[in-house]
Amino acid sequence: MKNRSWAFLAGGLLVALLLAGVVSNYASSHPDGLDSSLLKGCTVDADDNIVGGSCPAQQARDHELGDSPLADYGVRGVENSFLSTGLSGVLGVLLTFAVGAGGFWLLRRRGATTPAEGDVETSADDRRHADANG
Amino acid sequence: METLAMHISNGIIDGPVAAVFAALALAALTGCVLRGRRDLDDRLAPMAGLVAAFIFAVQMLNFPIFTAGVSGHLLGGALAAMLVGPWVGALCVSVVLVVQALVFGDGGVAMLGLNITNMALLGTAAAYVLIAVLLRVLPRTPAGLAVTGFVAAMLSVVVASQGFVLQYWLGGTTDLGGNLASLAGTMAGVHLLIGIGEGLITATTVVTVAKVRPDLVYALRGLRPATVPTVPAVGGVR
Repeated sequence: MKNRSWAFLAGGLLVALLLAGVVSNYASSHPDGLDSSLLKGCTVDADDNIVGGSCPAQQARDHELGDSPLADYGVRGVENSFLSTGLSGVLGVLLTFAVGAGGFWLLRRRGATTPAEGDVETSADDRRHADANG
Repeated sequence: METLAMHISNGIIDGPVAAVFAALALAALTGCVLRGRRDLDDRLAPMAGLVAAFIFAVQMLNFPIFTAGVSGHLLGGALAAMLVGPWVGALCVSVVLVVQALVFGDGGVAMLGLNITNMALLGTAAAYVLIAVLLRVLPRTPAGLAVTGFVAAMLSVVVASQGFVLQYWLGGTTDLGGNLASLAGTMAGVHLLIGIGEGLITATTVVTVAKVRPDLVYALRGLRPATVPTVPAVGGVR
């Protein structure tokens, strides 16, 4: 890859890390669209815990891996909730990038005869050609 | 802090239906791998990893919607479809959902097929159909790209939400007493509002990437000659 592709990747990752590591602490903690729809019929308290009524959400069971060290977007053992959420976000971004980029790299088509446009090194000839036309 | 879950939890849909959707999702993802490989070259592979990481990050950012006490978050199908295409895009969203289910305890592992079907497959597919249509009729300007991203993202979220309603109809664990239409209406309404947020995030991100690196926007491939405006010709000789 050319340098500017690396720069774009690095810049994009930095933005993702800041969003997941810092901004995530300012996210709304109310139930999302799915959860709130499943809570219809139940009454909830200020912390969104079910206190009465009947609704689909009451059937929810524990997660198989609910005791994972990063469960519920926190790092187990980190008391400070700002740090805990932020750190879990940073780890999540790095892990997702590693799994995604690694997996896609293994899957990519190799020995391609049509190199990607942005990475093509324009030859001097091509450039003269372009200048003449432009 | 209370338990934070954004996707379908265990126990909401019964086991057999969840298993059927797991098989369905696996088959569809295999198709995405086979077809997506054609798009995946040395340049797109790391970009697609970045798209997955970005979607993970933005999914953490629940935003309030106009209805009190309810939040929404990005699903990412439209964003992925615009940046890396529908096939690789569906795989990007799936990577996020798998990481969330296996590492962050979000979305039951047994429910993974249901969540992938709604958000990675239905959401991305709906978005891509809309993108293909809109980019053909709208002007090839940043504004046209923004409107495409906004509309495709907003409607894809509503489509994804109805995927869940279908699954609930097939295997919901609570008898709604014939009130499925009410669930469908609630889901559609709240996700239309969430869709506004999804649309704004998608449009902003895609326009930003298009400004910095237009060659990295999949949806603009093959359209590029027209994105370079030949304005001086207009109104010349008359």
